[in-house]
Amino acid sequence: MKTISALNDFVVRFANVNGTGSASANNLFAKAIFRMGIPVSPKNIFPSNIQGLPTWYEVRISESGYTGRRGGVDMVVCVNPQSLPEDIASVEPGGFFLYDNSKPLHDEHHRDDIHYLGIPLTSICLREYTDPRQRLLFKNVIYVGALAALLDIEFPVLTGLIEDQFKGKEKLQAPNVHALELGYSYAREHFDCPLPIRVERRDSIGERILVDGNTATGLGAIYGGATLAAWYPITPSTSVVEAFEKYCNRLRIDPGTGKKNFAVVQAEDELSAMGMAIGGGWNGARAFTATSGPGISLMSEFLGLAYFAEVPAVLVDVQRAGPSTGMPTRTQQSDILACAYASHGDTRHPLLIPSSPQECFEFMAQAFDLAEQLQTPVILLSDLDLGMNDHLSEPLQWHEGRKFRRGKVLDHDQLEALEEPFGRYLDVDGDGIPQRTLPGTHPTRGAFFTRGTSRDEYARYTEKSDAYVKNMDRLTRKWQTARTMVPASRLQESAVATSLGVLFFGTSRESTLEAVDQLAAENIYLDCLQLMAFPFDDIAERFIESHSIVFVVEQNRDGQMRSLIMNELNAAPEKLVPVLNYDGYPITARFVADAIAVKLSREPQGETVGKKVVGKVVGGAL
Amino acid sequence: MSYLKPGFSHPHHQQNNLGLYRKDYEGALSTLCAGCGHDSVSAAIVQACFEADVEPHRVAKLSGIGCSSKTPNYFLNHAHGFNSVHGRMPSVATGACMANRELIYVGVSGDGDTASIGMGQFAHVARRNLNMVYLVENNGCYGLTKGQDSATTDMGSVSKAGRASPFESIDLVALALQLGATYVARGFSGDKEQLVPLIRGALAHRGFAFIDIISPCVTFNNNPGSTKGYEYVREHMQAVGQADFIPVREEVTASYEPGCSVEVALHDGSVCLNKIDPELDISDRASALRLLDSYKERGEILTGLLHVDRDSEDLHDTLETADRPLRDLSEQDLCPGQVALDSINQSCR
Repeated sequence: MKTISALNDFVVRFANVNGTGSASANNLFAKAIFRMGIPVSPKNIFPSNIQGLPTWYEVRISESGYTGRRGGVDMVVCVNPQSLPEDIASVEPGGFFLYDNSKPLHDEHHRDDIHYLGIPLTSICLREYTDPRQRLLFKNVIYVGALAALLDIEFPVLTGLIEDQFKGKEKLQAPNVHALELGYSYAREHFDCPLPIRVERRDSIGERILVDGNTATGLGAIYGGATLAAWYPITPSTSVVEAFEKYCNRLRIDPGTGKKNFAVVQAEDELSAMGMAIGGGWNGARAFTATSGPGISLMSEFLGLAYFAEVPAVLVDVQRAGPSTGMPTRTQQSDILACAYASHGDTRHPLLIPSSPQECFEFMAQAFDLAEQLQTPVILLSDLDLGMNDHLSEPLQWHEGRKFRRGKVLDHDQLEALEEPFGRYLDVDGDGIPQRTLPGTHPTRGAFFTRGTSRDEYARYTEKSDAYVKNMDRLTRKWQTARTMVPASRLQESAVATSLGVLFFGTSRESTLEAVDQLAAENIYLDCLQLMAFPFDDIAERFIESHSIVFVVEQNRDGQMRSLIMNELNAAPEKLVPVLNYDGYPITARFVADAIAVKLSREPQGETVGKKVVGKVVGGAL
Repeated sequence: MSYLKPGFSHPHHQQNNLGLYRKDYEGALSTLCAGCGHDSVSAAIVQACFEADVEPHRVAKLSGIGCSSKTPNYFLNHAHGFNSVHGRMPSVATGACMANRELIYVGVSGDGDTASIGMGQFAHVARRNLNMVYLVENNGCYGLTKGQDSATTDMGSVSKAGRASPFESIDLVALALQLGATYVARGFSGDKEQLVPLIRGALAHRGFAFIDIISPCVTFNNNPGSTKGYEYVREHMQAVGQADFIPVREEVTASYEPGCSVEVALHDGSVCLNKIDPELDISDRASALRLLDSYKERGEILTGLLHVDRDSEDLHDTLETADRPLRDLSEQDLCPGQVALDSINQSCR
C-alpha cells in the first residue's frame, strides 16, 4: 500500500459533533503548529446548529506558506460516528484515518488504500473520568495528545498553550495536561511514532499573528473612530460587533468618569440597525453596522436613502451562502451585485474587499474616512471564511498621529465666514462632493432639510427635471472621485511574459496564488490582479485591456464580479473566463488550477461547474 | 409655490428669554391642504418651542414618510431636519441621539408611518426610552395616497368613499403605555390650549415622550360617519384634565380645587400642573389604561396627559455613554494607539 509521506505539508481534518467542546481542542492543535513556526491555516466547517450535528475543522499545514485550502485530506481524526462513512471516503489514498475504536469498525468501512489508527477514546474517558461532561470534553484533548506523538508536535508547546488558555484558572491546567499525556502515551505505545506525515520546527511565521477577520474588523472600527455600533445578530457577522464591544470595554472607557466613549445598540432588525448607523452618521458620529446577505436585502432601502441624501455610514457584510437563508454557516462571495447596486433607482456603493485580517483592520478604519469624505455608505465586503476562521496575518499596525479624515464638514466659524448662502448639494470645487453641516452647529446658518426626495443644490424640494439631472450627474462625478480614493488593485506579474491573466478578490486570493504557482510549474503563466475595491481603478481597467484572456475567480454561481466588470468597464465578455466555486466551502488551489488548465486545454467554453475535483491530484507530493 | 410667506411681523410681538420672536421658530410655507390639522400641530410646536426658550438650531427634526412627515419643513427653519424613509424615523432618531446627547430630538410621524409600516420601530424606540419627543399626527387615513383606511381608523368609521372600516383599530396611546413610554399624552390639533402645554411638557421630559395628536384630514376623512373628523372629535373629546406648563421662574397663579391637582416636576425644573380625573394616577400606567378603556366604552375620546415617569433612565443612562457627545470625541479619545495594538497582536501569537 502506498503511504503519504510529508514533512510540514499536509492537511488534517477533524470530524466532531457540534457542541462537544471540540473547537477549543482543535484550536489547540492549530495553534501548536503555529507556535512551532510553521504556517498553518484552520477552517471551521460548522452546521447551523448549536448541538448535535456534524462539524469539521480542517487544518492545512504548509511550510511553503500556502494558506488557502489545498483540496483533499491526508489525515482524518474522526470522533463522530454520524459522519464516519463520508469521513473515510474523504481520505486521500495512502492517508491516515484516526478513529475511536472503543467499538469495532464495521467491515463495510474498510478501505485497503488508507491507514487506520484506532484509539479507544471513549474507553479511556470512561476509565479516567466519572463526570459525563468531563468525559465529553477531555476526549478531544486526548486525541490532540495522540496527535502530538503521531505528528511529532513538541509537547512543551502544547502545555504552554494550556497554561496560556487557563491563565487565572490554574486548577484546570493539570487535568488538561493529564488528558494530553493520556493520548500521547497511548499513541507512543501502540503506533510507530511519528508517522510519515509529521511536523518539524521552523521559523517561517515571523511577526505574523493568527486571528480571525471579524476580530480585526471590530478593532478596525475602534481605531477608525467608530462611536456607534448598531446591529442585529446574524451569522457570520455577529462577532464583528462582539469584538468591537469587547475591546471597547477595555480601550474606550473614559478615565475620568468611567463612562463609555462608545455606544452599542442591539436593534430590533437589520432595517433599524442600518437606520441607526445613518442617523449617527448624519449627526456627525462615526457609525456602523454589520450583517450578512439577508440583512443586505433588508437594508437596501436605507442604503438608497443614504446614497441619495449623501449620509456617511459604514456597513460590514460578512457574506455567507445564499440565496435566502441559504447555507448560513457556509462561505460565499455572492452579495457583490446586491451590495454594489443596493436599493432601487440608480445607486452605487463603494465596496472595500479585504483578503486578510490585517486588511480587515486597515480597510475598516479606512471605510470611516471614505464614508465621511465621500458622504455615502461604504461597504466592507468580507465573508464567512475570512470573518470566522483564524488566518495567518501580518500584525495590526496603526501609525501614531494618523488623523481621521472627516471630509467637508463646515463648522461654526466656516459658516460665519461664508459670503454666499450655504448650499448643501452645491459642488463648490468640482469633485462632485458637496459640503455638509451637522445639526446644532450655528444658530442661523447651515441648517438644511435632509430628504430622500429630489432636491436642488440648496436642499429645497424640487421636481424640476434639470435640477434632478444636475444632481444625479454630480453623484456620477462624485463616483469618479471615489475611483481615485479607494484602495488600489494589486498587480503581480508573471516571471515569463504572458497574455493570460487571472483576476480575484477577497478570500480567493491564497488559493488562486497557489494555483498560479502550480500552473507555472506546468509552463502555464498568468499575471495576477487582486481587486481591492469597487469602483474599479485604472490598474484593473488596464489589466483587463492588456490581457487576451482574464480568468475571473469567484465564489458564487453567477460570476457576479465578472458581470460587474463587464458593466462598469465595458469589458468584452468573451475574454473574461469565469472560474466559479459555490459549494459553500472555501475555494481550493486544486479547484482553481484544474479549472484554468481545463479551460486552456480547449474544453468547450462555458461556465466551470462549481464542484471540487476529488481525488485527481495525489495529495502530499513530498 | 405661487405665494410666499410675508417677511414682516407685528412690531409689538413679544420676544422670549432668548430675545427671539415667534417667527424665528417658523418654517417654510406649508404645502398641505388648507385646513389640515397638521398645520395646527406645526403651529403648536412653534408656540411651544418659542415659549420654552428652545434654541431653534439645537433641535433636530425627524420624520418618516407621509403628509405628517412633510411637516418638519414647516417649523423651526434653523433646525436641521431629516425626512427619512417610511416608518423608519425611530431608528434614524436613535442613531442621531446616540451621536449627540445634547440636542433636542423631535420626531413627527403619522398613523400609517407609526401604526402600520413603522410599528416595529415605534415599539422598540419606546421600550428603549430614547430621549425624544415623538408626535403622531393621527388622521385615521392615508392622506398622501388619497384616503385609504389606516391602522388607527376606528372600526365602523366611515371613509369618504362611504365604506365602514371592518377592522379593530390600534390605540397608540394604550400601546405606548404598555411599551414603557415615560411620557404619554393625547391631544387634538383643534385644541391648541391643551396641545401647546402637552408639547412643552414633552420637550422638558427626559426620556421617550409620546403624544398622539388627533389631526383631521380635511380632504379625505372629515366626512359624516368618520370618527377622526373635526366635528366628531369636538363632540366626543373628553379632557382628562387641563394641563398647564409653568416654568419654575413664574409664580404659579392657576388655582385648582384641592384634591384635583397634581404637580409633576420635570427635568428642567419646570412644573406641569394637571387638574385631573380623580380616577387617574399619573404615575401609574395601569390607571391610565383603565381610564382609556372606560372612556372608549362610553364612546368618548380621552385626551390630556395620561402618564409621566420622570425618574426613568433614558437610553444614554442605560448604555452608560460618556457625558460629552460621542460625535465630539477626537482621535485622542477614540484611538488607543500602537501600544495597545501590540499587546493585542501578542495575544494572537
